[in-house]
Amino acid sequence: MLFDSPARSATPAPVPTARTRVRLGRRLGWLILATCALVALCAASIAIGAKPVPLAHILPTLIDPDHFDDGAIITGLRVPRTVLGLLAGAALGVAGGVIQAFTRNPLADPGILGVNAGAALAVTIGVAFFGMSAIGQYLWLALAGAIIATVVVWMIGASAREGATALRMTLAGVGVAAVLGGISSTIQLDHPSTFQKMAGWGSGSLLAQPLSAAVAVGPVIVIGILLAVIASRGLNALAIGDDVATSLGTRANITRTLAIFAVTLLAGSATALVGPIAFVGLMIPHVARAIVGPAQGWILAYSVVLGPCLLLAADVAGRVLMQPAELPVGLVTAFVGAPVLILLVRRSRVAAL
Amino acid sequence: MRAVKPPVHLVWRTRGLSLRIPRRTLIAVAGLLLMAVVVGVFSLATGDYILSIGQVAGALFGHATGIESTIVLEWRLPRVLTALLFGAALGLSGAIFQSLTRNPLGSPDIIGFDTGAYTGALIVMLVLNLPGGVTTAAGAVIGGLLTAAAVYVLAYRNGMVGFRLIVVGIGVTAMLTSVNTWLILHADTQQAVNAGFWGAGSLDRSGMDQLSIAIIPLLVLFLAAILITPALGLLELGDDAGAQLGVAVERTRLLAIIIGVGLSALVTSFSGPIAFVALAAPQIARRLAGAAGITFLPSALTGAALLLTADAIAQHALPDPVPVGLVTVILGGGYFVWLLVAEGRRR
Repeated sequence: MLFDSPARSATPAPVPTARTRVRLGRRLGWLILATCALVALCAASIAIGAKPVPLAHILPTLIDPDHFDDGAIITGLRVPRTVLGLLAGAALGVAGGVIQAFTRNPLADPGILGVNAGAALAVTIGVAFFGMSAIGQYLWLALAGAIIATVVVWMIGASAREGATALRMTLAGVGVAAVLGGISSTIQLDHPSTFQKMAGWGSGSLLAQPLSAAVAVGPVIVIGILLAVIASRGLNALAIGDDVATSLGTRANITRTLAIFAVTLLAGSATALVGPIAFVGLMIPHVARAIVGPAQGWILAYSVVLGPCLLLAADVAGRVLMQPAELPVGLVTAFVGAPVLILLVRRSRVAAL
Repeated sequence: MRAVKPPVHLVWRTRGLSLRIPRRTLIAVAGLLLMAVVVGVFSLATGDYILSIGQVAGALFGHATGIESTIVLEWRLPRVLTALLFGAALGLSGAIFQSLTRNPLGSPDIIGFDTGAYTGALIVMLVLNLPGGVTTAAGAVIGGLLTAAAVYVLAYRNGMVGFRLIVVGIGVTAMLTSVNTWLILHADTQQAVNAGFWGAGSLDRSGMDQLSIAIIPLLVLFLAAILITPALGLLELGDDAGAQLGVAVERTRLLAIIIGVGLSALVTSFSGPIAFVALAAPQIARRLAGAAGITFLPSALTGAALLLTADAIAQHALPDPVPVGLVTVILGGGYFVWLLVAEGRRR
């Protein structure tokens, strides 16, 4: 067959056959299962903590905050925390899926590629030099920092004749993240008040922001996810190579621009919201790909659900593991994600996406 | 096409021994020494109390007395000497590892060595609550060694690939960083401040007493490195070729690892992790000396000049001094990125 290319088998075939129907059922089934897990994790995130809340109290309190005397804990503390986890997790998961497809690098992650470091530096500058304190003020700075870092890393990676290989992108990300992180630390040491303000945020924490921050950032994340969905078809085609993608009717440059914007909006706003959290964007697309195969649209759908699952689970684990103290969620994800990274790079097959 | 000129060598022969040094290496070494002297004199002259070059020279050669002599010899000279010595150690350590792995990314700072040393020191300071610089240093050495071993073991699979090494390094670094952050977050405030300060990498604690402890093991390691480098150079040709040329392959490699780890860990234990000097120095030295591979003496000198310059910047560039480790991260990281672009263009 002339058109039986990997691109065609990567997206669901237009004519439903018995096989595609089975596959569709499997994909939907797992997605429903993952969504159930997410709901359970949300409940756990509201219930578990220094002061446990009975599961039966959750739903009534959401309708009427004053129904039980632990209403203040639920609405004031646990719900904002859970909402932040949902938003940031979805943003980071999708950002990882897009950046892995876009760079054709299975080890790509907004943290490893320096995107989070760019956003963090911009926020540090805003807090230190312009006295910003509300997320509405520095969100735009974080987005600007994220896009500059993304473009710089991509340009450094792509500057070689052989193009942006996984090795070059990773190295560029490491170098750029080191420089940006060094500048951030220098500014923070020079401005002790900034250092104090950013101490919790710096290691990645869902406690850093009130619910209003989530309301302010939510729309940006939704737009980012929409852009990722629009770009997914083109990214599927680009996975085979620019030439084939062009002949299939994909405009490579438009797809790439869309992808960069999506990653920037998602990783930048997530960083502004909860601090630089690495490895969520690395792990989630791999889990998704293991379930659905190389279909970008499905990977995104799974990332939206699985990203918050991971972040909420890590947050709950951080509350439970070191009682009475709490581990910032960024530390937990790093501790879980780093071995995954090492495992991935030890499997030679994965080195070429 | 340009004709390739063979490099000009200076040859020195006696009976039984001959020394053959490329002229450009000599020029590079002389230039680096000159730079170290210039920056060193600048560092001795500047500070809260500014001296003239004449006053510095006078104090150094024992002609001055009183406050000038105290400032130069007791306050500023130990720091300059520490920077030179530690920089040389880092440069040499980087050169040894890069030679062993035949890869610029084999540097101790890339593969998570510094972070591991920091973890070791933190455990000694915050968890075991042991006082004193020597126990902290021991903790740093052990932490660094274990980390280096773990990274190499995890990255080794049918041989060593640079890409795998660096990615495993990133992963191990990320894990250890989260351990470090956790340890610092949950120490009491004063201890945490001390530990955090140590972690940024700074020469602020340098002084004659620190120097007198550090100098003997460092000189021993320098000497050992000088003895082993000819064999290391031969090993770069490959294990088989090295063995044929009379190198005891495994023993040389083990000794080299011990020396490299020792150099890097000693520096880390006294000053905290100072990143990117070990990565950048051998690469800069290679270009300065126009050499094909890793050169050890120029690497050490480049490391010394780099750390001294970085420390001068750290102390004087901003209104308040910052830890030198931040300057080396910014400069070294920038150099690393530039290297990436330049190498990519050439290929």
